[in-house]
Amino acid sequence: MTEHQPKLALGPVLYYWPQEKLLDFYERMSAAPVDIVYLGETVCSKRHAMNTADWLALAGRMSAAGKEVILSTMALLEAESELKTLRRLCENGRFTVEANDMGAVRLLAEKGVAFVLGTGINVYSGRTLRFLAGLGAKRWVMPVELSRTTLAAIQVERPDKVETEVFVYGRLPLAYSARCFTARHHDLPKDDCQYRCLDYPEGLTLSTREGQAFLAINGIQTQSAQTCNLLPELAELRELKVDVLRISPQTEGTETVIEAFTACVRGKRNPLEAARALSAKLPYGACDGYWRGEPGLRQVA
Amino acid sequence: MAVSAPSSQPKPLELVCPAGNLPSLKTAVDHGADSVYIGFRDDTNARHFPGLNFDAKTAAQGVQYAHAKGRRVFVALNTFPQPSGWERWQRAVDQAAELGVDAIIAADISVLEYACSQHPNLPLHLSVQGSATNYEAIRFYHEHFGIRRVVLPRVLSLPQVKHVLENSPVDIEVFGFGGLCIMVEGRCLLSSYITGESPNMCGVCSPAKAVRWEETPRGLESRLSGLLIDRYAPGEPAGYPTLCKGRFEVADQTYYAIEEPTSLNTLELLPELQEMGIAAIKIEGRQRSPAYVTQVTKVWRAAIDACRRNPAAYVPKAEWQRELGKVSEGHQTTLGAYHRTWQ
Repeated sequence: MTEHQPKLALGPVLYYWPQEKLLDFYERMSAAPVDIVYLGETVCSKRHAMNTADWLALAGRMSAAGKEVILSTMALLEAESELKTLRRLCENGRFTVEANDMGAVRLLAEKGVAFVLGTGINVYSGRTLRFLAGLGAKRWVMPVELSRTTLAAIQVERPDKVETEVFVYGRLPLAYSARCFTARHHDLPKDDCQYRCLDYPEGLTLSTREGQAFLAINGIQTQSAQTCNLLPELAELRELKVDVLRISPQTEGTETVIEAFTACVRGKRNPLEAARALSAKLPYGACDGYWRGEPGLRQVA
Repeated sequence: MAVSAPSSQPKPLELVCPAGNLPSLKTAVDHGADSVYIGFRDDTNARHFPGLNFDAKTAAQGVQYAHAKGRRVFVALNTFPQPSGWERWQRAVDQAAELGVDAIIAADISVLEYACSQHPNLPLHLSVQGSATNYEAIRFYHEHFGIRRVVLPRVLSLPQVKHVLENSPVDIEVFGFGGLCIMVEGRCLLSSYITGESPNMCGVCSPAKAVRWEETPRGLESRLSGLLIDRYAPGEPAGYPTLCKGRFEVADQTYYAIEEPTSLNTLELLPELQEMGIAAIKIEGRQRSPAYVTQVTKVWRAAIDACRRNPAAYVPKAEWQRELGKVSEGHQTTLGAYHRTWQ
């Protein structure tokens, strides 16, 4: 029997990049060895460099390049205008949608189309997963704070044909707020934020007064400063029958990360050695604590 | 499954008060709470703190006490069970039903599904931990589990609350006073990132066992799992080191980068909340003392009654604000996200 081969996915870009930079990034990604590409703005509806039509056009191009395209939706839905965009995405009629809020789950289930449960949906057990699979969920992304032990238990209860995706590389999305922390940093009201997050293509690092960096501010989202890197756990991920490995885009070096994962999945490189090479380039180091049931910022492997 | 929509005539605002133990429950009832919410002594609720909460006996006494005075008791079962702990949540739902409580406040789909199927007559409220910030999400929980009420996360502005309410099939409860979560509840993992324990998984945020206080030549320092949360100059009041309320460095500036140590206080918004048809006002603080519960319940009872009698003439009394200020975090309060400029 051949070894379980997980697919590689590129998560949605969580930052606000200018349109040119974003399109250039996806142009390069269309040639990169990732099987699945998640597209869309998931953090802040004020980021308007790409409108829904632009995203759908990009989705068409990525699909033509042979990628499985999923349209990601917002994690925090407040305004009616945000629900309107959500409805348009849910009714696109061509691409699968990743729900990041239960409002999206409702709309997709009502339409009777299969969907993906993103990191914004709290699936902490097989029971919850079974319920949502009954409504049309065909894949779930494990909440980033869950451990391999919990994942193992959920995998046992997982309904047939539901795929499991794990966030294996990138800065972890940790929290969402009504408040924009980037605007706050610049002493600007959120309604007049002047799109300052354009200046921080990887977020704004937050450190203790002892200079220990531990979080990154990305508009209304708070991320880990450390980069989650589960490449050394590839054997365990395979053993647990994880179907999809998610790499979260960064402004630099995403191709190198994809190449490293691809080579390791194909058995052409040693995961520990490849992971160390990736981690060496990280400004605030790597972390894998959540996977091991420890504080998320720890690095154990 | 269908539950009738709230009538167009606004009902009187219900005052929902916290109780971490029996004395708090009794004082809340004695001082005018319409409802009291409690939790059991384990990780099935989001205030899983040492020495806090109710066992079977005290819960039964509490329910009896409240019901004898015509008040209601809700049980919070608002964390997210993982496969290994499922039986605890199952037992907690059954126990709440046996106690004859007036509602369960839950967030997780498996808990809602179990409660809805096993105890169809037990009303369900969607906890703030359920992260329902829009009416489509509320409709989801209503259609599948027949929830009767939703507690909104503390991230919406007042006009947004109104819009949700106008499109919601169920009653709306909002936070009126107390500790301020500024992240969407149910979607904040900051605590587990640093300490390994989060509200969703363990029912705690910035848990006391991870806290260390140290007097140093640089000042008093508070740490969470070794991470410096804040440092206080001599004479500067020190607060509990909740992760999001520390002073941190961002691009060479040192400030409360996420939020100041402050409490939410919406006393001045009462006429608007009443006018738009909010069903209930929730007071945060099951972890606080019976003295806190007494003080806050008294003030809010008086305020709600005054506002109901004559909303046009209603102005929060300076004396009420003083009393609430005394029990507020950092002795300061904010309108939070209800007021757009805070965001």
